[in-house]
Amino acid sequence: MEDLAAQLDAAVADAAVAVAAAADLDALAVLDTDLLGKKSVVTTVRSHLGGIDPEGRKVVGRRVNEVRTEIEVLVAARRAELAAEARAVVLEAERLDLTEFDRGRRLGHRHVVTQTWERLEDLFVGMGYTVAEGPEIEDEWHNFGALNFPLDHPARDMYDTLYVDHGEPQSTLLRTHTSPVQVRVMETQEPPIYSIMPGRVFRSDTADATHMPVFHQIEGLVVDRGITFGDLAGTLEAFTRAYFGSDFTSRLRPSYFPFTEPSAEFDIQRPDGSWLELAGCGMVHPNVLRAGGLDPEEWSGFAFGFGLDRLALMRHGIDDLRELFRNDHRFLEQF
Amino acid sequence: MKVLLSWLRDFAPIEGDPVAIGDQLSDLGLAVEEMTAVGEGLDGIVVARVLDLRRHPDADRIQLVDVDAGDGEALQICCGAFNMSVGDLVPLATLGAVMPGGLEIARRKLRGEWSNGMLCSPTEIGLGDDADGILLLDGEPTPGTPLTEALDLRPDVLYDLEVNPNRPDAMSVSGVARDLAARQGVPFAIPEPAVAESGDGAAGRATVEILDEDLCGRFGLRVLDGVVVGTSPRWLANRLTALGQRPINSVVDVSNYVMLELGQPNHTYDLDRVAGAAFRVRRAADGEVIETLDGVERTLTVADGVIADGDDTAIGIAGIMGGANTEIDDSTSSVALEMAWWDPMTIATSGRRLGLRSEASARFERGCDPEVVDLAMRRFAELLAPSGATLAPDLVDARGNLPAREAIRVRTGRVNALLGTDLGRGRIAEVLQSIGFGVTEAGDDLEVVVPSFRPDSSTEIDVVEEVARMHGYGRIERTVPRSTLTGHLTPYQLDRRTVRSTMAGLGLDEVMPVPFLAPGDLEAAGLPADGVTLVNPLVAEESVMRASLRPGILRTLAYNASHRMTGLGVFEVGHVYRRPAEPQPLPDEREHLAVALAGREAGEAVSVWSALADALAARDYALVAESAPGLHPSRTARIEVGGVSVGNVGEVDPGVLEAFEVPERVAWLEVDLDTLLALPHGDKPYGRVSRYPSSDIDLAFAVDEGTPAAAVDVCLREAGGDLLVDLSLFDVFRGDVVGEGRRSLAFTLRLQAGDRTLTDAEVAEVRSRCISAVEGSLPATLRG
Repeated sequence: MEDLAAQLDAAVADAAVAVAAAADLDALAVLDTDLLGKKSVVTTVRSHLGGIDPEGRKVVGRRVNEVRTEIEVLVAARRAELAAEARAVVLEAERLDLTEFDRGRRLGHRHVVTQTWERLEDLFVGMGYTVAEGPEIEDEWHNFGALNFPLDHPARDMYDTLYVDHGEPQSTLLRTHTSPVQVRVMETQEPPIYSIMPGRVFRSDTADATHMPVFHQIEGLVVDRGITFGDLAGTLEAFTRAYFGSDFTSRLRPSYFPFTEPSAEFDIQRPDGSWLELAGCGMVHPNVLRAGGLDPEEWSGFAFGFGLDRLALMRHGIDDLRELFRNDHRFLEQF
Repeated sequence: MKVLLSWLRDFAPIEGDPVAIGDQLSDLGLAVEEMTAVGEGLDGIVVARVLDLRRHPDADRIQLVDVDAGDGEALQICCGAFNMSVGDLVPLATLGAVMPGGLEIARRKLRGEWSNGMLCSPTEIGLGDDADGILLLDGEPTPGTPLTEALDLRPDVLYDLEVNPNRPDAMSVSGVARDLAARQGVPFAIPEPAVAESGDGAAGRATVEILDEDLCGRFGLRVLDGVVVGTSPRWLANRLTALGQRPINSVVDVSNYVMLELGQPNHTYDLDRVAGAAFRVRRAADGEVIETLDGVERTLTVADGVIADGDDTAIGIAGIMGGANTEIDDSTSSVALEMAWWDPMTIATSGRRLGLRSEASARFERGCDPEVVDLAMRRFAELLAPSGATLAPDLVDARGNLPAREAIRVRTGRVNALLGTDLGRGRIAEVLQSIGFGVTEAGDDLEVVVPSFRPDSSTEIDVVEEVARMHGYGRIERTVPRSTLTGHLTPYQLDRRTVRSTMAGLGLDEVMPVPFLAPGDLEAAGLPADGVTLVNPLVAEESVMRASLRPGILRTLAYNASHRMTGLGVFEVGHVYRRPAEPQPLPDEREHLAVALAGREAGEAVSVWSALADALAARDYALVAESAPGLHPSRTARIEVGGVSVGNVGEVDPGVLEAFEVPERVAWLEVDLDTLLALPHGDKPYGRVSRYPSSDIDLAFAVDEGTPAAAVDVCLREAGGDLLVDLSLFDVFRGDVVGEGRRSLAFTLRLQAGDRTLTDAEVAEVRSRCISAVEGSLPATLRG
């Protein structure tokens, strides 16, 4: 009986050495059979249990089970170790240089004018405004007549108008500003009106760093009961802080537009103290309200309009308006 | 309009430093575009006499000038101007002088020749806009005299103001002074001219008759005797120069001075040359010819006004330019001085048509003050008196129709309701009176009489603007109205954002070519020439409005390719314009999306379309193989959504690419967004996900080249019915195995039921149904 116990102790010691020496999973599988299979010491000892007295059988039997478990643990631990090593080898073989793949896969880019346009839309939508649009080829009435420019009025000369061959001579034109949309909105919607009207406009201007025959404006129109000049100033101030930042302020200076009265220029003051003329604005002229079918004694309103392209240029420090329309890929992909 | 601070102070004791005054002017709506200190910084600039002019041995654009700067020695200067002669007196900036622009004058060599100073142009010393030549000094100042002394220059401030079209009064120094004095609360007055009358009265020496009373509201005439055309006094010449008027002679200078000071343009005639000494104001006859002061023969129309003499010969174009036949010269002794009020519209159209727009016509167009005539006449005589001219008694004064000036009721409540202010009636009256408006109280409101120099003010709202302006825009409290509406974008605007972000997500860059095309561009792009054309284009190359986004995008690709940027993928969202087939108020204008994939084939454009259709949830679309103008004849499909054509997909015709010099293939997609986004799309109904297993079967068919894959797709979907939950074309190949003129199309069909696991028999039944449907209706056979 003591002999059997000694065999078992030796088996555990041998197993520890053999398992540690197993070089790979295949060798370990063979070893597993040798240590615990039919020809193993453990099995052999178990087969001799019948020749031992019941008390000794109990002791030795327990010891057999303990040894078996000890060997199983040894094998399992080594198996895990070897499996990890094998996986590590496989994974190492799969090594990639990830910088090889960093080849600048890119999204496309919305045009910088579009980005500015949408940013402005979002800002005014947040202030409760809707967004209205109108045709780029307009009739004389909406572009001038309804906006209080009488025929042959010298103020029409402020706009270098491009006319198209449609209808009567000088009846149809490329809109010179987004203001005709004001009239279209008043014609089709009941007040209160809180709308902005972004869009493309045209002037007969030779292209240079600050002029293009085609550019973009964003118009604002508010018509409601009791709207005041103070509301105009306050709204533009709120816009200035929201768009440019709270370290910008604004001012209004008297100006002239046929479709607003009182009229103003809207300037913003940069944090360095310098002023920049940004927009034209004013109280909607009573004649324009009437042209839009509204009674100026019941309704009042303000309107403003600024150059959208210039905001895009300012935001990105672009110094030439023509770049916006040149469509050079090296320009487009920067935004 | 330029004004000198010293000149403003002739009318009011204007206070403050120049910058603060400039800010006040801007705040009054007279925006200061530029403020310049004049007559300063001229230390070291002296009078010099030109002794000799020589070619520079080594330069063509500069010459060598020897001058005497007062010490009698010849001093060599290199000079880039060639307008002076030996003996001329010129300003010389001596060594060490610092020019108004900051340039310090030093001795230096120019191409091997020494220059010991700099001769100055008027611009360089702040005396007018002439930068082309050296200032030639009048009179006989001694060489070496400081220039400020020789020219009687004193430090002053020049403001260049932007005057809006509604402010004719601010087209004069006195008018600007009136606003500024009101803002500062200092007294304003136009001094009464000190001039004596003598000789025979004008009334017996000349007659005035207005034949067209709408053309001419007032025609005043006075006679000046003993007029000698000479040079103006230095102070007057300096003021004109500062305001950008070159001094010419004493009479012309006074004419300009009075116009600049009081805003009243005027004209002088040699009275002896006016037949019958009669001035008859009428419309020109069509085809009537007049030789104007500038020696040009001009043909008039009935839209122009003229002043005719006793023989009914035109001696001047109303408000535009006088005639050569009555021009004053050295032999003139009696001058007839005209000051008139012309119909602004006539002057505007006349000046525009004749291409003659002047300082005078600019004032008439905006509307002059018809009541300033008497004062301006006497001011003219006063200024000319030192040269011996005398003013004959009588103002011959004919009146036509002037705009009515009725009292305007201005409601105090209305003023405050529009401005958001709480101004009392007294405060409103005060600001209006400060700029010459007549005000009487009428209950809570005011009766306002607008002064004759403010023709722009004719309604209550005009007066409200004046109140706001003079009260100060900056003093009005700022408030933000609360919109009672919910701000939002329209469904179309939201979809358009989806379109753009989808395109950008597919790696495409948004381009924005100008929408103008050259004649022939549309045809070169294979499109019909139905673009709207411009009547007055800037240049012929930009005279057609695009009827398609294609020419602009192809030009963009060609531009980039010429800068070695090929293989670009771009998109544009923009309007296209077409001449409408049927008469309608405006041309046909629509918003399109166009996509161009350079260096890629048609299939990639189809992928862009399917991604867009997915993003917009546009169901039920079909690609119908069909050629389209300017697109590749065998690689183009028409896109239908719900049976409605919305655009084309494919490739651009190689001939078109050649015409636009695009060096690579271009896959193309163009969609009419107005049409597409008006069709049902978006908001897909929810389909419950089945929890039962699915079965996949693969079917490959040999199909004729003429049969679109989409036809097999449609056929399989119909045959598969509800159990066919997914269908995809996973392989296409051509080769001998399939046979000439055919290709193999392999589809995977996923079959699944929502309420059970499909049996093998059910799967087999769908399979055979699909096979027989395809084989039975298309030239296709199942490949084994």
